[in-house]
Amino acid sequence: MAQTLSPVDLRRRPRRREGLIQVLLLASGLLSILVTLGIVYELVKGAMGFFTRPLWEDTNKPLAADVAPSDTVLPVRPEGAAIPEGAIIRVDEEIMRVQRAEETALQVERGLRGTQPAAHPAGVDIFLEDRVSLWEFFTGIRWIPQAGEFGILPLVNATFIVSAIAMLVALPLGLAIAIYLSEYASPRVNNVLKPLLEILAGVPTVVYGYFALTFVTPLLRRLLGPDVVDIYNMASAGIVVGILVTPLVASMSEDALRAVPRSLREAAYALGATKLETALQVVVPAAFSGLAAAFIVAVSRAIGETMIVALAAGAGPNFTFNPFEAAETMTGHIVRISGGDLSYDSIDYNSIFAIGLVLFLITLVLNTLSQRIVARFREVYE
Amino acid sequence: MSVRPRFDPNRAARHRRARIGMVVFQLATLVGIVVLMALLYNIINNAFGLAAIEYRIYPATLGLDLETLPQTPRERLLEILETHLSPGLRRSLERTRPLTQRSNEELAALVLERVLQPKVLDTWPLVPSLLHTQDIVAEVHARFPQAEVRWVRWLNTRFLTRPQSSDPLRAGVRTAILGSLWLVAITAATALPLGVAAAIYLEEYARKDRWYNRLIQVNINNLAGVPSIIYGILGLAIFVRALEPLTSGAVFGAVAEGVTANGRTVLSGGLTLGLLVLPIVIINAQEALRAVPNSLREAAYALGATKWQVVWHHVLPEALPGIMTGTILALSRALGETAPLVVVGASTFITFDPVHPFSKFTALPIQIYQWTARPQPVFRNLAAAASLTLLLLLFLSNGIAVYIRHRARQRRLV
Amino acid sequence: MTETPAVELRNLNVYYGSFHAVRDVTLAFPKNKVTAIIGPSGCGKSTVLRAINRMNDLIPNARIEGEVIFEGKNIYDPDVDPVEVRRRIGMVFQKPNPFPKSIYENVAWGVRINGFRGTKRELDDIVEEALRAAALWDEVKDKLHQNALALSGGQQQRLCIARAIAVKPEIILMDEPASALDPIATLRIEDLMRDLVQNYTIIVVTHNMQQAARVSDYTAFFSTDESRTGFLVEFGPTAQIFTNPKDPRTEAYITGRFG
Ligand SMILES: Nc1ncnc2c1ncn2[C@@H]1O[C@H](COP(=O)(O)OP(=O)(O)O)[C@@H](O)[C@H]1O
Ligand SMILES: [Mg+2]
Repeated sequence: MAQTLSPVDLRRRPRRREGLIQVLLLASGLLSILVTLGIVYELVKGAMGFFTRPLWEDTNKPLAADVAPSDTVLPVRPEGAAIPEGAIIRVDEEIMRVQRAEETALQVERGLRGTQPAAHPAGVDIFLEDRVSLWEFFTGIRWIPQAGEFGILPLVNATFIVSAIAMLVALPLGLAIAIYLSEYASPRVNNVLKPLLEILAGVPTVVYGYFALTFVTPLLRRLLGPDVVDIYNMASAGIVVGILVTPLVASMSEDALRAVPRSLREAAYALGATKLETALQVVVPAAFSGLAAAFIVAVSRAIGETMIVALAAGAGPNFTFNPFEAAETMTGHIVRISGGDLSYDSIDYNSIFAIGLVLFLITLVLNTLSQRIVARFREVYE
Repeated sequence: MSVRPRFDPNRAARHRRARIGMVVFQLATLVGIVVLMALLYNIINNAFGLAAIEYRIYPATLGLDLETLPQTPRERLLEILETHLSPGLRRSLERTRPLTQRSNEELAALVLERVLQPKVLDTWPLVPSLLHTQDIVAEVHARFPQAEVRWVRWLNTRFLTRPQSSDPLRAGVRTAILGSLWLVAITAATALPLGVAAAIYLEEYARKDRWYNRLIQVNINNLAGVPSIIYGILGLAIFVRALEPLTSGAVFGAVAEGVTANGRTVLSGGLTLGLLVLPIVIINAQEALRAVPNSLREAAYALGATKWQVVWHHVLPEALPGIMTGTILALSRALGETAPLVVVGASTFITFDPVHPFSKFTALPIQIYQWTARPQPVFRNLAAAASLTLLLLLFLSNGIAVYIRHRARQRRLV
Repeated sequence: MTETPAVELRNLNVYYGSFHAVRDVTLAFPKNKVTAIIGPSGCGKSTVLRAINRMNDLIPNARIEGEVIFEGKNIYDPDVDPVEVRRRIGMVFQKPNPFPKSIYENVAWGVRINGFRGTKRELDDIVEEALRAAALWDEVKDKLHQNALALSGGQQQRLCIARAIAVKPEIILMDEPASALDPIATLRIEDLMRDLVQNYTIIVVTHNMQQAARVSDYTAFFSTDESRTGFLVEFGPTAQIFTNPKDPRTEAYITGRFG
């Protein structure tokens, strides 16, 4: 059999290096998924720790007599909080389950969860196990870790008030700037203003926090009176958060307005519309979804903003609707308690994750919504 | 053809409204500029000004000039220390190192700290200091008859080169600047290669119709919107706690027992910021890659190049200026981040410089935060000086980014 | 021609920055007639058209010299309000550009912003009348409040014509109004122009010679010189321009196109 040797070999050759590189690149892309999974996993794990961690509440009910390791009935005094049947209690280091509860005696199962039955002297207080329930977490209006009260509403409330004030500043201001830049300003003016906005957007938030505390707050107090405005207050923080997100609103809105085709503006002018009528009645409505997306992103930024509120809004949860009072937001609280020497084995450590999870979910919903809107908006004009 | 619309002839009113509208839009823009000015004004105003200072022993009574203290004759400094230090303190100082062997600077510092002992009683911002100098001087004489009124530049070279201190007149930001530089270096070392690789994958390799590629893209866009403090929590859980043996340097035997920062090291902080800016780096790099014209890729393919050759030899070099600009902007973001570092556990008070990735650290924004949150007003001045330093650093890095972009554009035009 | 023209160009020059786009056009557009502007691409047809209702004001570096006389007044006089000029000289664009609003709103908006004082009923009547005049009423009367973007391209363009008519202009400028449409939609637009010309003066730019021949009463032929500046070559009744052009350049262009 004669072998003909083809002068050119067009067969596919394995290129191992190419394949390896592609795998490495893909791995880098997948890392971002890993980060998201990491965030979700850690937040959920920490939050679970928060909701399952036993809090020992002092019942102020002492033992009435000495108890030996073998006793299964604890004599107790009638005073103090009632102890329900089935509850888990702790005496000194030992953990027990209450099987039957009477006014002056508790029948218990001794030495639970790896603790050993031990002798306990008369007079020691009985501690009752409590957990943070989801219901308490989402409806409680007090957040006092020392007292075992973990209602997130004061933090959420402050977050929303600060964000609302911020949007009250950023929406009109950002939209007006966007309209000016896209409809009125000449390219030369644009070339000056855009970098200024970028500088404003690039100032670190901690510097804005300094600005809020040392400039805006004194200004508010001078204008409205020091009895009306507290030194730490949500209004000042909100205004400055608004200033912080204004460049974001302005630049995203400007993009949306610029995406409106020129032909629409010309159609309006050709009907004898003035510039203002064209801008407000044709261009803005046509860009509506893009503008909505910008606002939603801005709200999400405002909710997640930390340093300004940490410095200017106040250091203590406070359930109030008065913007001139101090109140701590979710982010502010996380920063404050993690700024101290945080012990990993404390409810404080776990509470960071529970609050973080709520914060993450709120911003995730807002960001996803905004991206959806932007995607749809793009389709309209493509 | 019958219905004649009745048109309102008053066009003047419409034009008036249009003019008012324009003025409103202009004013809004002006407000933005005014706010920026107010921000800068407020910082500069607090970074310089008059201060009322009290001394244990006033420099004038010893014939000393504070500005030129180290230039004072050596004998004079030794003599002052001789007469004004308690014998016990002098003995302990001599034991550490004989005074006569110390340099003039060291002696001057000793005189300042141990003999003169200045203490800031009150400070005034720049503008009132300039406008009402006389009133302030009078006020100080009334309130603190002992005190001396002096001009203080809170931002000065000593401030930049001194470590942290609890004495506002001696506190500096060297430790913080070095910490910030370490952080940015670690952030860049992680986020740049990973981010560019991911961007190359998404732009050059990924097929857009595959669900997993779309998932990666959507996910990156979402990550870019996650609040920075959440990254702090992630860093705390993963780098500080789960990976503590690595991030504390224990497995490398890099730290001596007792000095360990546990997981709260500059490495943990840098990695956390790395994750934080990763999506931004990716998105910016994608944009740079997208700007490379397709004709370039086709030209290279037509010569028989493999995909990676096309990317490595042609696309990447062409996109590099854009990638660098985007990355620097992302790193600027890292330079100014505060919240995640607080959560990860930046130290608020350390006086020694970070020397390796396993050091405890502080950073400029952390210093600003700490000083602003202090109740004593003097520290506000330090916070202003540190803010000014941070802004200058950011200005510098953004300037570099703009320069790179400008250079690249010019080269393309030639 | 004894009747006063609808609008008259006198020594019109248009510049874009330093580029001289159109030079020295002097031309009177007859009332209640369709005048077609034809010529090779880039000869300044759109530029001239946009000069007639001051749409060029919106282009930052555009500059006009000469006069455009409308109702005995130069519309470029400093005391003239471009907003009113555009109300009275409407325009239909190359690509249909309805507002992303309802069909009804598209027609009513121009009426409203121009200070319409009347009842909802009257406005309804104006909208209906405009849509009828644009030969669109029967197709949309049941979906007046649906989004205009859902209409076909041809319907959108007729909606744009209705929108222009509704503000009762005297002149309607059309810049290649059928170039983005299919042949059937094109035919409807051409028929529409013939209907409208009883009440309006129409000036239409087209690069389609057959269209110019079919719909117009007069034709203006533009060309460019070696520096790409556009100028008017010849103006006259359409029949004469197409059968017996005076200028050899016109003849070359027309015969070249017809093959
Ligand atoms: N906005 C503009 N800026 C600069 N040059 C322009 C502008 N619009 C049109 N031109 C130029 O003016 C000339 C005439 O354009 P145009 O009136 O659109 O021509 P036509 O409509 O006859 O095709 C062309 O050379 C074109 O490039
Ligand atoms: Mg044209």
